[in-house]
Amino acid sequence: MKTASRILGTALFLDGFEVQDAPRYGAERRGAPIFAYVRADSREIHERGIIDRPDLVVVADDSLCQVPAAGVRLGLSAQTVVLIRSREDAATWRERLRVPGPMLVLPASSTDDDGGESLLGAECVGAAARLLGVVTRDSLKAATGQELERLPEEVRARNVRAALRVFDGHADHAGIVTGQPTLPLAAQEPPRWIDLQVESADVAAPTIHAGGTSVQVRTGLWRTMRPVVDHERCHRCHWMCALPCPDNALLVDDAGYPRVDLDHCKGCMICVAQCPFHVIHAVPEHEAQTAERAEAGDA
Amino acid sequence: MRRLLTGNGAAAWGARLAEVDYIPAFPITPQTEIIERLAEWVDRGELNGRLVTLDSEHSMITAAGAAAATGARVFTATSSQGLLYGMEMLYTVSGWRAPFVLANVSRGLASPLTLEPDHNDVLAARDSGFIQLHAATCQEVLDLTLLAYRIAEDRRVRLPVLVNLDGFYLSFTREPVELPEPEQVRRVLPPFEPSTLRFRASAPVSQAVAVLGGGPYSYFRYEMHLAATQALVAFQQAAEDFAQVFGRSYASVERYRCDDAQYAFVMMGSFATKAKEAVDRLRDEGEAVGLVRPRMVRPWPEEELRAALSGMRGVAVIDQNLSTGKGGVLHSELCSALYGQPDAPPVLTSFIGGLGGRDIDAAELFEILRVTKRAVETGERPPPRLLYTEHELKEMRKLQAIAAVEHPAEEEATP
Repeated sequence: MKTASRILGTALFLDGFEVQDAPRYGAERRGAPIFAYVRADSREIHERGIIDRPDLVVVADDSLCQVPAAGVRLGLSAQTVVLIRSREDAATWRERLRVPGPMLVLPASSTDDDGGESLLGAECVGAAARLLGVVTRDSLKAATGQELERLPEEVRARNVRAALRVFDGHADHAGIVTGQPTLPLAAQEPPRWIDLQVESADVAAPTIHAGGTSVQVRTGLWRTMRPVVDHERCHRCHWMCALPCPDNALLVDDAGYPRVDLDHCKGCMICVAQCPFHVIHAVPEHEAQTAERAEAGDA
Repeated sequence: MRRLLTGNGAAAWGARLAEVDYIPAFPITPQTEIIERLAEWVDRGELNGRLVTLDSEHSMITAAGAAAATGARVFTATSSQGLLYGMEMLYTVSGWRAPFVLANVSRGLASPLTLEPDHNDVLAARDSGFIQLHAATCQEVLDLTLLAYRIAEDRRVRLPVLVNLDGFYLSFTREPVELPEPEQVRRVLPPFEPSTLRFRASAPVSQAVAVLGGGPYSYFRYEMHLAATQALVAFQQAAEDFAQVFGRSYASVERYRCDDAQYAFVMMGSFATKAKEAVDRLRDEGEAVGLVRPRMVRPWPEEELRAALSGMRGVAVIDQNLSTGKGGVLHSELCSALYGQPDAPPVLTSFIGGLGGRDIDAAELFEILRVTKRAVETGERPPPRLLYTEHELKEMRKLQAIAAVEHPAEEEATP
């Protein structure tokens, strides 16, 4: 997403705008939400950092909606366009998130899950550029090439094609992002400041007293591939697969079969590589979920 | 050429255009992309200098001082915990009167550990003998790095200079930056003329001597202090030369829309540009308000600050730092500059915000002005405010619940 924001920033810059683009993130690890902000204006930009009233929000993966730290709904107004990359439709997401303004879906493609390269960033940029309506096709093409300069020629070409394909595909929504007028001062809600009181050090020291709090973080949301154990062919040699699991997310039942803790398995696929009998399979997460829903429906 | 650069990129370009000879670097976290970029240029032969990795910031700053003492032009960079790890040597090498430039990427300090910026790291180095310049934009990061060499190498000063850029808000943020041509830079920043800084084989020099008794020690420390004050003149002269070549003017104190202002925000670093935006909005609605921003923090440009704020009715000081048990460093330093001065603004309100990257949004800046105006009108001075909202405390309480923090006060309150 950082690269995506740079492509969009460069494209806008090439089209003559004053530009600012910036990523913001915490832990640099898989599953941690990352934000990337792009501002463009015809005059010098003084604002910086967090965009509190965005004109366009691009959600690169719909699983982010379940991550509180991602704050997908923050700052949305009736003028904010929300574009979410998903396998489900816009009506579903409008219903789920109660988005007050225009809501669009960028269909997630199957390339995401096949272990091959993802063109997710390029696709998001292609759509965003078109929705803004002020980015030319040539600038998008040049910017994508420029920002991916260090990648091999063929990878760069694939990304450029993906960005342009999505750009072309969104002609119907060109310029849907109109921006929003600045709030007059009188309409601006004052901050609800409080007078922070002194509290005992027992409370105010940054100490985590509870053990096992990481259990509450559903790292299973980060998974794009799911390990599925074929119990019929499993030899129950669970020290081979369960022990190497870095997150202790492969539990062993009383009969000695490994069971995947789906709330916490991050989908690293180490168990798949470890299994000497090749009976743990890597299944794309969305396929596994579809199958689960179908099964639940049948029952 | 105008192109998009991050603050990190701009700092690296500053060093490259200064044609530095030597870059000592601690290569591991919290080191930044500044060094990565320079390493790549050295590797490709685009920068004709030597980059050496050291085992810590302590060694890195020692190496920087030692190399500068031989007459080499030296650049190095660090951030937050790294600056503190090298703290002993900051004082030591400035005492050597070794001129070099250190870029610091500001970040809040542990504990608790965090990644986003505030100014407690750089202000911990406030009294170290380094000259301090604070950038607010990526362009300034580059330009101030060049100007920093002029100050450091000025014989009246000859002290190391720290150029500060805020983590994330500048370091990772890309903005259009005018990249000067090397030929133009040479007109403003000629090659380093080291004068007596000659540390050569077969010509021994003893630096970093020990002195006993307070007299000699005081002489050297007083001289450093007096030299630091000369940085104001050195900066002004360098900035004038710079403006002639590049058309960009830098004063030790920036004044934004202050001409007829009755009120001003005073801030340091990149968050000050957010205040510029707020000033524009407030001006649109008829408020006579401006922004005053010290670019130079050491030496403290007292005269320039007095002049900038003279005759104003109220000043709101927003500190992105917290001196525990006292309050905002900028606020107290400004009070000391203004106390007893004729035409000094009668009201200086104090706000602490932006710690660990906490946002200060437009609504808060508007409210800060409102509070300051009320103080002027009623004559009642509000206590310093630690910017914190109801919502933030609610979020904090959730985290504390997960951490199983017990609240004794609440238990007592329950009969």
